[in-house]
Amino acid sequence: MKMLTIKNLHASVDGKEILKGIDLDVDAGEVHAIMGPNGSGKSTLAHVLAGRDGYEVTAGTVTYQGKDLLALSTEERAREGLFLGFQYPVEIPGVSNIYLLKAALNAVRKHRGEEELDAMDFLTLVKDRMKLVEMPEEFIYRAVNEGFSGGERKRNEILQMAVLEPRLALLDETDSGLDIDALKVVANGVNVLRGPDRAMILVTHYQRLLNYVVPDRVHVLADGRIAKTGGKELAHDLEKKGYGWIEAEARV
Amino acid sequence: MGVPIDVKQTYLAAAAAVADSVPGTTHSWLRQLRERSRDRFAETGFPTTRDEAWRYTSLAALTRHAFAPAAADAGSVSKDNLQSVGLDLPAHRLVFVGGRYHAALSNPPKTDGAVFAGSLAESLAHAPDQLQEYLGAIGTPEMGALAALNTAFMVDGAYIHLGPKAVVERPIHLIYVGAPNAMTTPRTLIVAGEESVASIVEHFVGFDAQSYFCNALTEIALARAAKLTYYRVQEESAHGFHIGGVHVRQARGSEFVSNAIDLGGLLVRNDLRTVLGEGASCALNGLYAVSGRQHVDNHTVIEHAAANSTSRELYKGVLDGRARAVFNGRVRVHPDAQKSDAQQTNNNLLLSDDAEIDTKPELEIYADDVKCSHGATVGQLDPNQLYYLRTRAVDEATARDLLTFAFANDVLRRFDLAPLRVDLDRRLMDRLLQGRVIREVELV
Repeated sequence: MKMLTIKNLHASVDGKEILKGIDLDVDAGEVHAIMGPNGSGKSTLAHVLAGRDGYEVTAGTVTYQGKDLLALSTEERAREGLFLGFQYPVEIPGVSNIYLLKAALNAVRKHRGEEELDAMDFLTLVKDRMKLVEMPEEFIYRAVNEGFSGGERKRNEILQMAVLEPRLALLDETDSGLDIDALKVVANGVNVLRGPDRAMILVTHYQRLLNYVVPDRVHVLADGRIAKTGGKELAHDLEKKGYGWIEAEARV
Repeated sequence: MGVPIDVKQTYLAAAAAVADSVPGTTHSWLRQLRERSRDRFAETGFPTTRDEAWRYTSLAALTRHAFAPAAADAGSVSKDNLQSVGLDLPAHRLVFVGGRYHAALSNPPKTDGAVFAGSLAESLAHAPDQLQEYLGAIGTPEMGALAALNTAFMVDGAYIHLGPKAVVERPIHLIYVGAPNAMTTPRTLIVAGEESVASIVEHFVGFDAQSYFCNALTEIALARAAKLTYYRVQEESAHGFHIGGVHVRQARGSEFVSNAIDLGGLLVRNDLRTVLGEGASCALNGLYAVSGRQHVDNHTVIEHAAANSTSRELYKGVLDGRARAVFNGRVRVHPDAQKSDAQQTNNNLLLSDDAEIDTKPELEIYADDVKCSHGATVGQLDPNQLYYLRTRAVDEATARDLLTFAFANDVLRRFDLAPLRVDLDRRLMDRLLQGRVIREVELV
């Protein structure tokens, strides 16, 4: 089943064209990695898909589960099961983790025509998912990401993903800035959530995460286009040879 | 067009007319105090924007016509309609209607040797000597025209006396109900003995669409090591004028916490002033959440009058519609007040392009070994936070309300009195949600 189809996607930020014709097909059940050097447009692609203000699509189409993704608001995309794990998760003083989780889950369930979870069931669900990311219980009562370390923030993103159970998860550099233990926790979370109905796109600069999460497809982004696509072995080639040869090929 | 009415003269004539019927006329000290007040008001009249302390707050709307002092039978209030505007706290309760104590709606604490809370007018009749030392001595007529006006007209209010080491377990909740088309002049006197502990809530309410003028004055004397948590909840009607003075004198080692919230009123001015003795501390927390055409001005003064005193101040504002707010925080460290420690913060959130805030710290430091800091911010909701919430399926309007509430709740969470905090949380939430729908409240 087709999860996501991107055709000839062009997008600009502040009038500068960053994405210059992206084509990508992702099926349900697949994990794709999007790699590439800094400035190649990886994060821009993630935010265009999530619907960030100021990211202007100038050409192309994005079809998500048969719908025109670009016609939906940011929150509608989230309710339709799209999840963006942030490279830099945002601090929200005064809003507790547990509150955000509940507001988010309720909004998603309401959209699906499901009833809100009662307080007990909700707490049981959250505590179960917290085990997955090895997060102590007190974290859910703290303000969202306030005073969290880099690793704690990334684990918090995975916790949110685990509670919301998205159909398509975009993880933007979720591996960056993590020590090896935190990386393993994040990777484990991703692996547990892999499933036949769910697709994942891992945006990453390094091959490191892919040692723990084995992708079905690897794409290399260079200068706003997908310059090369391959299987998991492509990530190993990049680890050995760097990005230079792909950028050189792309220029030919 | 009629002949312009001289509002000052109207108030002075009214003050002279009630001079023989107000409480305490048999006490010469009080007669003199009232005379001083009338003289003071005659001299100055209402302040104008030419006065530095009133630069950003014009009383033109208040002084367009004179409000007559509320009659003794002003406004009938039942338990039910009190409930519609009042907080339902597990507390001792003193209710004032038309500026006068309403025994049927009240349940004051049992009077024993250690604690008294009751009508100021009755205390003036029965125990005037207790009051002479304090009444008009902390919040003097010379502190301003409105303080003078209150003193000239005051007919009643609350008198709370705590003996040494008295501990009042239940909070004392004072409710002042505005009188339609009239002026009330509530007067509160709190005298807290050495090492006493209490929580007192002053709560100003009015009914929807009623215009009136509430000119309140509160005096607080804390003896050595007394601890008072003082709450001030201002929920006047959308057409109400509220002027509130709170004057505090803190003896050695006393601790004063003020938690103030302004939600109501059309034109509101609060003056909060405390004088810190040696080793005394104060924490002044304030929140103003205004919309429509509301105008709320908070002036605070902290006098570090002796050594080793500490002050913490956090005022936050949420402004929507065409609302306007003023924050002016003066901190004065006297020459002998070495090792004073003062921190002041004022943060403002503007939700509309038409809202306006004027914020001004005033630090006057005359000692050399002190720690003083201040900071003020004015801003909008953070687009990154909004985006993050929206990627978590929260719609934009809710995300805005949520972030606004979180900003304001930073003050409310400091309110130790849980039932009050929970109630205010709910009121604030209601208000923020209404803020978008009812953006405009027409001027009277």
